[in-house]
Amino acid sequence: MAGAKSNNNTASLPRFFTPLLVLFVFTLGALTLAITTGSVHISNQELWQVLHGGGEPLHRTLVFELRLPRALSAFAAGGLLAVAGALMQVLLRNPLADPYVLGLSGGAAVGALVAMLSGLSAAAVSGSAFIGAMISAVTVFGLAHGTGSWTPTRLLLTGVVIASGWGAAITFMLAVSPSDQLPGMLYWLMGDLAYARSPWMALTVLAIISVVMLPLGRSLNVLARGQMQASALGVSVRPLEWTIYISASLLTAFAVTTAGSIGFVGLIVPHMLRLVLGNDQRLILPAAALAGGALLTLADTLARTLIAPEQLPAGVITALIGVPSFLYLLHRSR
Amino acid sequence: MLAATDLVIDIPERKSGTPLSFDVKAGEIWGILGPNGAGKTTLLHTLAGLKKPRAGSVNLNNHNIQDLRRKQVAQQLAVVFQNNGEGFPATVLETAMIGRHPFIAPWDIETADDLAIARQALQKLELSNLESRLVSTLSGGERQRLAIATALSQSPKLWLADEPSNHLDLKHQVQIMGLLAEQADTGCGVILCLHDLNLAAHWCDKILLLYPNGEACWGDANAMLTVPALERLYDQKLSMISSEGQTYFMPISSRT
Repeated sequence: MAGAKSNNNTASLPRFFTPLLVLFVFTLGALTLAITTGSVHISNQELWQVLHGGGEPLHRTLVFELRLPRALSAFAAGGLLAVAGALMQVLLRNPLADPYVLGLSGGAAVGALVAMLSGLSAAAVSGSAFIGAMISAVTVFGLAHGTGSWTPTRLLLTGVVIASGWGAAITFMLAVSPSDQLPGMLYWLMGDLAYARSPWMALTVLAIISVVMLPLGRSLNVLARGQMQASALGVSVRPLEWTIYISASLLTAFAVTTAGSIGFVGLIVPHMLRLVLGNDQRLILPAAALAGGALLTLADTLARTLIAPEQLPAGVITALIGVPSFLYLLHRSR
Repeated sequence: MLAATDLVIDIPERKSGTPLSFDVKAGEIWGILGPNGAGKTTLLHTLAGLKKPRAGSVNLNNHNIQDLRRKQVAQQLAVVFQNNGEGFPATVLETAMIGRHPFIAPWDIETADDLAIARQALQKLELSNLESRLVSTLSGGERQRLAIATALSQSPKLWLADEPSNHLDLKHQVQIMGLLAEQADTGCGVILCLHDLNLAAHWCDKILLLYPNGEACWGDANAMLTVPALERLYDQKLSMISSEGQTYFMPISSRT
């Protein structure tokens, strides 16, 4: 965010820097907790040794092959969803928008369930979910674009209708599925990280889109005031809206591909941050990446430890943590 | 500065209209008058390049405004809209600051100079003490003044304001019109949509009358503001009163 003139703006930088530093530390804490807790406890000291190439072989396997990939996957998925939610809320200028409002999770779910029903591998399920999400994004965008007028209301309405269409398809598929496959399907629908093994793709997408969005942050602030006002202030509204739409769709598609359709993170994290940090997208977007990631990391850690050795879907925990904390912040705010 | 050439604004269900050709010069205040639905706002948005004309062109300093980049337009031309306060919660200072947007490169953030310009604009509109208030908590008149402060911090060469006196009490109406006149005196062009004939008579140099059927005429204010023309424009009987060297128009109502 620092530019050529950064020597002039001593007032603004700490405003961005302090909250992000706090969230970064919080994120590190969440990741550490996720890696050390579980059926076998690893102390911080042992973790330190493991990370430096020492430690017991069992611990090494646990950390590098199970817990670290899973924790990073959770972080990536949470970050992706929170950033996508923040973007959708600006794009639609609607506080109720979340990454799924345009039917992406429904498309992904149908893709994933079809793959599961066909007995395909976990990787194929992910791929199929991604394709489903993108089909949904393109359909909604194409239909809302239709005859040229492209208003947030129209986009929102198209998305909601498409989403309920996917919902019906999901219910139908669940109804006709053999009962032994149902638990796996339901876990996927509620969001589950048990099979997340390779976080790198999702992390890369998160990093790339975060960087792309940095210089657009101020334009997003202006867009949040309405299309006309933004246009009058020199924003090329249509290209910006396309960029947001495509970015948010990609973010969401990678998130559902990694972790299934985890609810609440994309809706609640941006709102919590806005209530605490104000409404500057240049701060909200990176903060959402960190806070969403940390929240889902913690939620997943709880999900696999609360009733161990059984595991809960992480989506249940995000809702259980998210709902009361959001209501508290909302109640406390002006 | 801003010239319309054979301009026909695009209003659905309207067959045609007088093609508009006029040139707003530096230092001039233009008033657009017309009844509800005559297309005042559409004309203003077309002049700002926010809406494509049906025919003809709008030229900003001899460049077709539709061909210019929005950012280049925004560095010279500010628009005050009729409805403000939509969108996400924001404070008064943040709102005034977005007026600086066209002048800041994508990778830069607002400098102390930008902050000073925004604060100055707020001070000018007597909003300094509301700096950290949320826009949603302001009254209609305060929001209107904030919209003008935002345009002021855009330091435009051209002002396009849609009913800038909306929601304002008498003192602030005079203050706002005075501010716009001051802007014109420093070399800005000013175009206003107005409902108040008396503000138009008092402050505007040029007047454009826009009839609901698309006809239009324009010229010097004292030539345009005549009782017969205005009665036809508004389909309303008017009487003209002169007092202390000023002209006032009053509607004649049937109630006695």
